[in-house]
Amino acid sequence: MPTKRKKNSIKKKLWRDRYLLLLILPGILYFLIYRYIPMAGILLAFKDYSPFRGFADSPWVGLKYFKLIFEDAEVIQVIWNTLQISLLQIFFAFPISIVLALMLNEIRNQVYKKFLQSIVYLPHFLSWVVVVGITVIFLRSEGLINSVLVNLLEVNPIPFLTDPALFKPIVILQVIWKESGWGTILFLAALSGISPHLYEAAVIDGASRLRQMWHITLPALKSTIVILLILRLGNVMDSGFEQIFLMLNPFNMETGNVLDTYVYFKGIQQANFSFATAVGLFKGIIGLILVVLANRLAKKFGEDGLY
Amino acid sequence: MFKSSGGERVMEIVNNILLLLIAVTMLFPFLYIFSVSFSSISDVLNSDFLLWPKDWVTDAYTYILGSDQFIRSLWVTVYVTVVGTFINLVFTSTMAYSLTRNIIGQRLILFLVLFTILFSAGMIPTYIIVKETGLLNSLWALIIPVAISPFNLIIMTQFFKGIPEELTEAALIDGANDIQIFSKVILPLSKPALAAFGLFYAVGHWNSYFSGVLYLNDPAKWPIQVILRQIVIVNEPNAALGGHAAMVEALPPPETVQMAAILLATLPILIVYPFLQKHFAKGVMLGSVKG
Repeated sequence: MPTKRKKNSIKKKLWRDRYLLLLILPGILYFLIYRYIPMAGILLAFKDYSPFRGFADSPWVGLKYFKLIFEDAEVIQVIWNTLQISLLQIFFAFPISIVLALMLNEIRNQVYKKFLQSIVYLPHFLSWVVVVGITVIFLRSEGLINSVLVNLLEVNPIPFLTDPALFKPIVILQVIWKESGWGTILFLAALSGISPHLYEAAVIDGASRLRQMWHITLPALKSTIVILLILRLGNVMDSGFEQIFLMLNPFNMETGNVLDTYVYFKGIQQANFSFATAVGLFKGIIGLILVVLANRLAKKFGEDGLY
Repeated sequence: MFKSSGGERVMEIVNNILLLLIAVTMLFPFLYIFSVSFSSISDVLNSDFLLWPKDWVTDAYTYILGSDQFIRSLWVTVYVTVVGTFINLVFTSTMAYSLTRNIIGQRLILFLVLFTILFSAGMIPTYIIVKETGLLNSLWALIIPVAISPFNLIIMTQFFKGIPEELTEAALIDGANDIQIFSKVILPLSKPALAAFGLFYAVGHWNSYFSGVLYLNDPAKWPIQVILRQIVIVNEPNAALGGHAAMVEALPPPETVQMAAILLATLPILIVYPFLQKHFAKGVMLGSVKG
């Protein structure tokens, strides 16, 4: 009896692995309870959930809430904000990390290089509350920047924190300040893997430093750039929750509200659970599709991809 | 030949100057905040650029450290960081180790872990589960729902795979079971990796703000970042600190209180940073090389 033997072998394996299973148990329980059961909770998006009736007794409503997403001008604006902030980040913050890595790579004195590295990595380890707090201190109406503008340059103070048009630029600058140094770490690793012989040969051929950079350094970074870009594109629906949440105020809500903050305001604050879940699910599915597509694209370009 | 090397010299100088400017941009906010936090109200009002305190006033620090709410929040954060990081390391390392051994269902579990990196249920369903499991308004809500970072788990699996299998086999022959092998052979060999991941997890706990807002209603349980937001961003330092006037004659100027609060809440990070630095590069590389 092959099936019986199989059953026996499973039993045997379970017994053989009993200590390993004990070790893995906390992890499995964690993933089941806090990662996978919530995925079942996604069904809320297809129900008219009310906390009083509970999950099971709330009536099914099909795609009602998904239709609402596309009829709601506010959601469209929020999706647009999310994409804009995210794409601006990719467009500005991402290349700055590459340039910064190339600049650091040109430093010959190793001690000085280490010193610079530890300074540019530092902001990455600060909380968003601290970074937004520093921003507020510098940019508020009586802050340092405005007092310089008023007292030294004799121009009118700028309402940095309440002007909706300035929300996106400030948010992008924050990301650049906080993360571009940290972003160099993988590029620098790739750079240190380049054989010095390549540069020696190029010097003999009469190549200038810029030409060396173009023909040796950048090609060596290509696969790292592609992989990180894919990762980032896959997360295009995420534009940094804590940062945006902390930067939002009643004045910049229209240009600053993104999908994650919108879900919080609708779901948790206004207890509109089903609609907020639908928006969250919409976001998650688009993100998943984007990662899969981007991964395929990378493979087409001859890169390894993520999986 | 001569000309091109001259151009290179210029490039090198420009590069150095630019990098120095970038470094100053990163450090200047701290110097400024530090100086203002130790300055008197008249110095704050009279000078635009305070780059070094003139008369070293410590009222702002006395005021903050005399606040029960601030001290309580600091304790909450220390507690969550210590207990949380411990749980992170235990959960992550035990699971990672089991996944490197030919355990039953290994491939399926790995796939399910990877899938959570690509897709997550989102805020609302997660919030409901936290509520249903009774964690709402408890400090465990800041710990259990983030017990394992799937990303760190995968990287740690790669690290454990790098440990020579002969060691495990030798221990097996000596009659050790998997738990003994894990705790007596694998863990002692993994100290650098545990330090790297521990520090990453700890910084995450120390800096986390939003889960406090989401899951905790009771101000007595708020972590330091939530209080810091009220002091600095909401601009209500005295309300957030309980409006007491302990040991200071008059309330210190709100600016200096805000800056002192930022420095106090960042101090632990700045203190562990030198230790952190030794390890984090290794931690990041572990993942990127084998991926």
